[in-house]
Amino acid sequence: MNESILEVSHLGKTFGENVVLRDIDFSVRTGDVTSIIGASGSGKSTLLRCTNLLEIPTSGQILYHGTDISSKGFSIPAYRAKVGMVFQSFNLFANLTVLENCMIGQRKVLHRDRITAEKTAKEYLDKVGMAPYINAKPRQISGGQKQRVAIARALSMEPEALLFDEPTSALDPQMVGEVLDVIKTLVRDGLTMIVVTHEMAFARDVSNRVVFMKDGVICEEGPPGQIFGNPEKQETQEFLSRFFDR
Amino acid sequence: MDKLAELGSDVARLWAGNYAAYLNGMWSTISLAVICTLVGCLIGFLCGILQTIPCAKTDNIIKRFLVGLLRVLIRIYVEVFRGTPMILQAVFIFYGLPYFSNNGLRFDSVWLAAFTVVSINTGAYMAESVRGGILSIDPGQTEGAKAIGMTHFQTMLYVILPQALRNIMPQIGNNFIINLKDTAIMFIIGFTEFFAVHKAVAGRTFMYFPSATIEMIGYLLMTLVSSFLLRWWEKKMDGSDSFDLATSDTLAHTSGMVRFRKGKNVSGIGNLNLDKNERGR
Repeated sequence: MNESILEVSHLGKTFGENVVLRDIDFSVRTGDVTSIIGASGSGKSTLLRCTNLLEIPTSGQILYHGTDISSKGFSIPAYRAKVGMVFQSFNLFANLTVLENCMIGQRKVLHRDRITAEKTAKEYLDKVGMAPYINAKPRQISGGQKQRVAIARALSMEPEALLFDEPTSALDPQMVGEVLDVIKTLVRDGLTMIVVTHEMAFARDVSNRVVFMKDGVICEEGPPGQIFGNPEKQETQEFLSRFFDR
Repeated sequence: MDKLAELGSDVARLWAGNYAAYLNGMWSTISLAVICTLVGCLIGFLCGILQTIPCAKTDNIIKRFLVGLLRVLIRIYVEVFRGTPMILQAVFIFYGLPYFSNNGLRFDSVWLAAFTVVSINTGAYMAESVRGGILSIDPGQTEGAKAIGMTHFQTMLYVILPQALRNIMPQIGNNFIINLKDTAIMFIIGFTEFFAVHKAVAGRTFMYFPSATIEMIGYLLMTLVSSFLLRWWEKKMDGSDSFDLATSDTLAHTSGMVRFRKGKNVSGIGNLNLDKNERGR
């Protein structure tokens, strides 16, 4: 039995009067690849953003290796360095080159020396196939390339788990392919990840667990074979039929 | 035409007799403007960082109180120094301080007094410009920095402010050029810069208009050169449009250049001309 990294229980989030998440329970164990699927506005991204505290949950608890992340003395920056995030809009630092993007966190947060940081950054940039572009600024490369750099930036921190917030939604089909290929190699390496995605084929073929969300609650979850092959809930069937009947 | 010729010869005569004084004045003006703009920028950036310290309702009461107090203090500073004429601020600081403190507090150096007034004044404007600059940066940049574990100050220092600085360069240029001209009012506390030289020379020679002509040309020259240098500096900050493509061995150098057309890297400037005309005094 693998150790669980994250335990989310009874998580809730409201924006003013708007209830976005209700009573969410789920856990992530080492090596898990969890896909979160669901319609836009169902709270998938908010759940992910709550997980690394870019949004502060209004209720519930998140345990990281058994420690409550809202407890006193818990270092949120250190936690975020361990649980990385990749965004839909890449969010590469526009003032830094590709290489510097992958080094700044290592230098300032992990306090690595320049040589180690540069070596690690180049290693991961090479992994995502962006090694030739180390001197480029983010504005000079394409969307797919940006996302690959963003993944390398997150990997350079050598995180325990990575959160992907719709990593391919802002990309054209060809770029989607190149980014998904990179993510698949990470899965093969055994990286723990949670992926919010609209790529159903990816969720079905790559993840070992699928979470279907609707209206701020987890409607159904299970192995991809069950969710895609034999969903129990009617909502899940309806949602998936819209995808596969196209 | 006769008048112009006469003016020309008067100007030439006046310049020949007093050029050292005029040049000295220009030097005072330029040095005061440069130093005060730089210090003003520092004040502005400091206020900008302090003003954007995040504070949630869930934070403890002491932090909320301190952050709130800080915001109020900065607000008061900005409103008072932006909302009163610099000429009166100079009078209050230079003559008012010794008057109210029975000579206990006073500036012995006119230069120091002028420096203080202009710096603090520039700082008040820059505080707002920097705030605008920070607001102009995509929130995604902050999230990206937070997501790799940076603290607020690290995020500001390494990610947000470098980009904000680039976006508010036109504003800093504005402030500098305004300072070049507005240091003229420091004659009220007896600071001898370019304009004070004019008053002295005109008073001595009774050649008021020729001296004013020299002043006009002098100020225009200073501002034109500044504009040119600022533009050049902005270009330099944008960096090269091309980049070196690394070869398969990333420790080795170029295998060629990739060229890109000038992009939209300076987006966000368009909506930042807020106080372009606000400082006309």
